[in-house]
Amino acid sequence: MTITPRAMGVAVDRFDGAAKVRGEARYAYEQPVDRPLYLYPLTAAVATGRIADIDCGAASAEPGVVAVLTYRNATRTAAIEDGELRILQSDEVAFRGQFIGGVVAETSEIARHAVSLVRVDYEERPHDVELREGRGDLRVPREVQPIFPMDTAEGDVDAALASAPVRVDQTYTTAWNNHNPIEPHTTIATWTGDRFTFYLSTQGVNGIQAAVAALFELGPDRVRVISPYVGGAFGSKARPHADVVLAALAARLVPDRPVKFALTRQQMFSQVGYRPPTVQRVRLGADAGGRLVALAHESIEPTSKLQEFAEHSTRATPTMYAAPNRRTRQRLAALDVPTPTIMRAPGEASGMFALESAMDEMAIACGLDPIEFRIRNDAQRHPHFGLPFSSRNLVACLREGARRFGWDGRDPTPGIRRTAGWLVGTGVAAATYPVLRLPGSMATIRVGPDERYTVLIAAADIGTGTWTALSQVAADALGVRVEQIDLRIGDTAYPKASNEGGSSGITSWGSAICEAADRLRDELARHGGAVPADGLEVTAAMPENPHISRYAMHAFGAQFAEVRVHAEIGEVRVRRQLGVFAVGRVVNPKTARSQLLGGMTMGLSMALHEQSVFDPRFAQVVTQDLATYHIASNADVGAVEVHWIDEDDPYVNPMGTKGVGEIGIVGAAAAIANAVHHATGVRVRDLPITLDKLLPAA
Amino acid sequence: MRPFRYERANDVSGAVALLAGTPNGAFLGGGTNLVDLMRLDVARPELLVDVRRLTSDRIEELPDGRVRVGAAVPNSDLAADPLIRARYPAVSEALLSGASGQLRNLATTGGNLLQRTRCVYFQNVSTPCNKRDPGAGCSAIDGHHWDLAILGASEACVATHPSDLAVALVALDAVVLTEGADGERRIPITELHRLPDREPHRDTILQHGELITAVELPPLPWATRSRYRKVRDRASYAFALVSAVVVLDTADGVVRDVRIGLGGVAHRPWRALVAEQALRGGPATEERFRQAAEAELAAARPLPGNAFKVRLARNTLVRTLLDVNEGRR
Amino acid sequence: MVDVEVSLRVDGTDHRLTVDTRTSVLDALRERLGNTSPKKGCDHGQCGACTVLLDGRRVNSCLALAVAHDGATVVTAAGLAPAGQLHPMQACFIRHDAFQCGYCTPGQIVSAVAMLAEAAAGWPSAVTADGAGRGGGAVVLDDDEIRERMSGNLCRCAAYANIVPAVAEMARR
Ligand SMILES: Cc1cc2nc3c(=O)[nH]c(=O)nc-3n(C[C@H](O)[C@H](O)[C@H](O)COP(=O)(O)OP(=O)(O)OC[C@H]3O[C@@H](n4cnc5c(N)ncnc54)[C@H](O)[C@@H]3O)c2cc1C
Ligand code: SF4
Ligand code: FES
Ligand code: FES
Repeated sequence: MTITPRAMGVAVDRFDGAAKVRGEARYAYEQPVDRPLYLYPLTAAVATGRIADIDCGAASAEPGVVAVLTYRNATRTAAIEDGELRILQSDEVAFRGQFIGGVVAETSEIARHAVSLVRVDYEERPHDVELREGRGDLRVPREVQPIFPMDTAEGDVDAALASAPVRVDQTYTTAWNNHNPIEPHTTIATWTGDRFTFYLSTQGVNGIQAAVAALFELGPDRVRVISPYVGGAFGSKARPHADVVLAALAARLVPDRPVKFALTRQQMFSQVGYRPPTVQRVRLGADAGGRLVALAHESIEPTSKLQEFAEHSTRATPTMYAAPNRRTRQRLAALDVPTPTIMRAPGEASGMFALESAMDEMAIACGLDPIEFRIRNDAQRHPHFGLPFSSRNLVACLREGARRFGWDGRDPTPGIRRTAGWLVGTGVAAATYPVLRLPGSMATIRVGPDERYTVLIAAADIGTGTWTALSQVAADALGVRVEQIDLRIGDTAYPKASNEGGSSGITSWGSAICEAADRLRDELARHGGAVPADGLEVTAAMPENPHISRYAMHAFGAQFAEVRVHAEIGEVRVRRQLGVFAVGRVVNPKTARSQLLGGMTMGLSMALHEQSVFDPRFAQVVTQDLATYHIASNADVGAVEVHWIDEDDPYVNPMGTKGVGEIGIVGAAAAIANAVHHATGVRVRDLPITLDKLLPAA
Repeated sequence: MRPFRYERANDVSGAVALLAGTPNGAFLGGGTNLVDLMRLDVARPELLVDVRRLTSDRIEELPDGRVRVGAAVPNSDLAADPLIRARYPAVSEALLSGASGQLRNLATTGGNLLQRTRCVYFQNVSTPCNKRDPGAGCSAIDGHHWDLAILGASEACVATHPSDLAVALVALDAVVLTEGADGERRIPITELHRLPDREPHRDTILQHGELITAVELPPLPWATRSRYRKVRDRASYAFALVSAVVVLDTADGVVRDVRIGLGGVAHRPWRALVAEQALRGGPATEERFRQAAEAELAAARPLPGNAFKVRLARNTLVRTLLDVNEGRR
Repeated sequence: MVDVEVSLRVDGTDHRLTVDTRTSVLDALRERLGNTSPKKGCDHGQCGACTVLLDGRRVNSCLALAVAHDGATVVTAAGLAPAGQLHPMQACFIRHDAFQCGYCTPGQIVSAVAMLAEAAAGWPSAVTADGAGRGGGAVVLDDDEIRERMSGNLCRCAAYANIVPAVAEMARR
């Protein structure tokens, strides 16, 4: 059943706006607690090996130090599968920067200083950190979701390539990127007798609860996790990381005292995951009419030895273009490095840089306009699964974008437009992201005779606007005004919710709320349509979507960019970005626009700036702060236009939403790289596009 | 951060005396570099002597036309000062291209000149670095040196000096006024910063406890024709990969006099005397500008990861010369 | 550990407190005085989340030692308007949705308020055209001026394209 939009579609200001602009919204670390203690971590100074000795004497003797934590006095945790979380259980060191202990003290200054007094001796082992094509141990990643097949093959790619009149065969690389939410990962952990309470910055309180409960072998009811506001996440706060475990271990040493723990910016580069670098080879073959006859996309990526994570760079490729002969292939190398994790549009962001750069190269090779070339190769049914799309508006996005951007009449010749010493160019790329629903969400709705509806669900707002948009969904699900909704999220005391991730929040939580609203209507009917004096309460789980097996469900988009490149110096400035998206129903145009805009800007940042430089000698990211790991600053961003087309998709979920959190970053880097080529004639296939790659040779 | 004592002195000689007796102490200006490095455990003073409100915070014109800038003048005030903007616009431009509005409000003139390198290994105490720990080895030479030196480096250290202000000041032949245990000194700023040679732990020729009290700019009427051009990895709020300052005096298409500084290329703000010499008396043409830049950079010895900076420095310098010559400031 | 006593006037209220010499103004506010309006994003002057007005000027409070600013007046985003009210800049930020997670936001807003004052006082920026504002006249804040002057405040949610019109609206008033 679909619901009628009344509150949905209205550009409401954020409900938490006033609290945030005054700085009075309390993030995890800022929650008022009594007599807090401060934790500072001790990290491994070798890449691999074992701890031969730890001397905590000087640290313990420091006035104000309450406890020194090492593997020797840490609680033994259960041997769960996720190796990233098994810290302080032995003398082993798995990567440089890994937590091997910590100091708990009365002030943050004392804790940090005392850690520098702990002396650690190591027995170092040689480490293995280099990702190469020729490694003998490359392996196929585990499949995580059936809609992301690891390797796909259709037809005879090699033969089709060999006989194709036009061919492109190029290798593209993307850099190691770190999420770097401006709020670092923070925790306040308290152990009282037999239970934990956490204030924590996370994309999913239930995931944290489950991990801690499993590690410490507690019932989930003895782990409460509260996370009202989250200062950005982008995937780093989706899965539990070792910081939560360290805070919990510390709290166990000092019962009844809240332990406050904030990662430093430097530690954010080794503790909370990252987007792994990729090496991708794309081969395309086209016929004389500009139709793809073959498409091959292969990627290799690193993961850690502790826990597998794959970026799935080729995962969007089988959705994009109709080519009778296709192959995708992903391989992983497990290295002595920190564990990578999901980062905004994992797979699509890196993979679509390669595919959409190659599509631009192919359009040029075919002598076709890149928009026309994409339209010719648009797929009618899902090329891999053979299913019809619940809705597919890639072509509409490309056309609408072309119109708004002023694409018509574009001279494709590279390197010929110049103003005041700057070369000017424009570029386009396609975007896609699947409509994901994560299982496990439930919602409770309570109504009193005053006609106020309390909606409870352990969902998260990481800046996505959940507080506002989910209230709008609830209002329409219940057929009431949004002012009547009192939404409560971010607490395991509420019904379980899936993670804020994969742009699935509104889809998953909203579906559960719609189901609960239906139940409430039934209950009301049973009470003769009137709310009884003591109110009503219902709880419902997200229902199955019967359409899932019948349709392929994806959002699409078109990204445009105009760049200037300094002819002598090579600096790149993105003057203008324009995105048109087909994302189903837009619940709150204001917050949705911000999400798409934020994604596009993060795409610009990925294109021009972001690169964690990993030094293999030390097995460490050496650009581990915001002065050396650059993210786009205000001055790097020009005009950004965001549009969407009306899209009515009755199959995806009752709200008709497809998710807006990730698709904004997809294709943005390719559009910029393609524009750089148009401006200069130089094809940059390795991100980021730094000025050395554009500096004239002579 | 290690524990430290904090003191304020009543006057300059008091501050000098306080530090003279504490070999492991430091002056504190705005703290934007020192506190940063203390938090990283790179700087480990046991005593801080606060000089932010001690030296002059005034910018004054002396009777002979020199302009004296107190060491405590915040970077933002210096950049906005009408006299500086009118007479030495490149000084203002250099400051404004550095750091951020917030940082420039805290940072002082004296502290800016003595900020330390941004070499990533210098800032990371878990990696070897000769500048931090003499004799430990240099991690940058075989590591990440994208932004490091192409001129005047040694086998011990390839760091660059990060100050933008200092680059403008070397081109203008500024003089640094100091007071130390041995009395007052006037140090030409071109002599203040050192090349690394075998002692990269010494950034400058200052003695321990020698306080910068002021910076003087000599009169240079043609300094109004000057420009500071900075190239970096993002459009703002980033250190220089390369920067160039050009002060140019031409008549009838001939270079009468010129001053050139380069930033981001060496362990000290680089005065491009070779290029200046090549230009003086010659025609102000692009070809000559290019030859002069190439002459200056002939001594460049880049590393594999920063070879592009030689071309970048050349092109940036040529572009800046052209812009100043054509009146595009 | 070396403890010292300092006075700070924060958002209109006087405080006397004991701090470690190592304590930054930011930590004094957040950990000692419970004012968590300024945020900690990097602790090294690299993000701007900790921006407060210190004796009337915007600064990164993470690099300012509390002991060095004994007696100072501090204004945070929570003190720009009386409790329960919004400064017009804050209202502009809400109207333009100039934030998402809100973590960089108090710093952005304090920075923007101070930046308008700097421009009104004729302070140039790196993009101020030659001669513009020279001689003390107010600087006209076009979008490029705003972008440059606000670049000391990073926003990872990347609300920049909304921050600029929010600040521009205030600049026009
Ligand atoms: C994120 C970031 C970005 C930056 N970007 C730039 C940039 O792009 N360009 C640029 O040029 N700079 C940049 N800076 C550096 C900034 O300009 C310097 O940190 C600042 O100028 C130092 O001044 P201060 O007064 O704060 O010095 P402090 O940190 O107080 O002191 C620095 C050093 O000078 C000594 N000292 C201070 N005053 C005196 C004195 N009067 N006499 C003798 N010794 C003294 C101190 O003991 C210390 O060793 C940046 C800084 C940061 C944090
Ligand atoms: S270049 Fe200099 S500062 Fe950098 S690691 Fe080498 S010695 Fe240290
Ligand atoms: S916390 Fe102060 S600038 Fe980032
Ligand atoms: S709003 Fe999230 S960092 Fe700016």
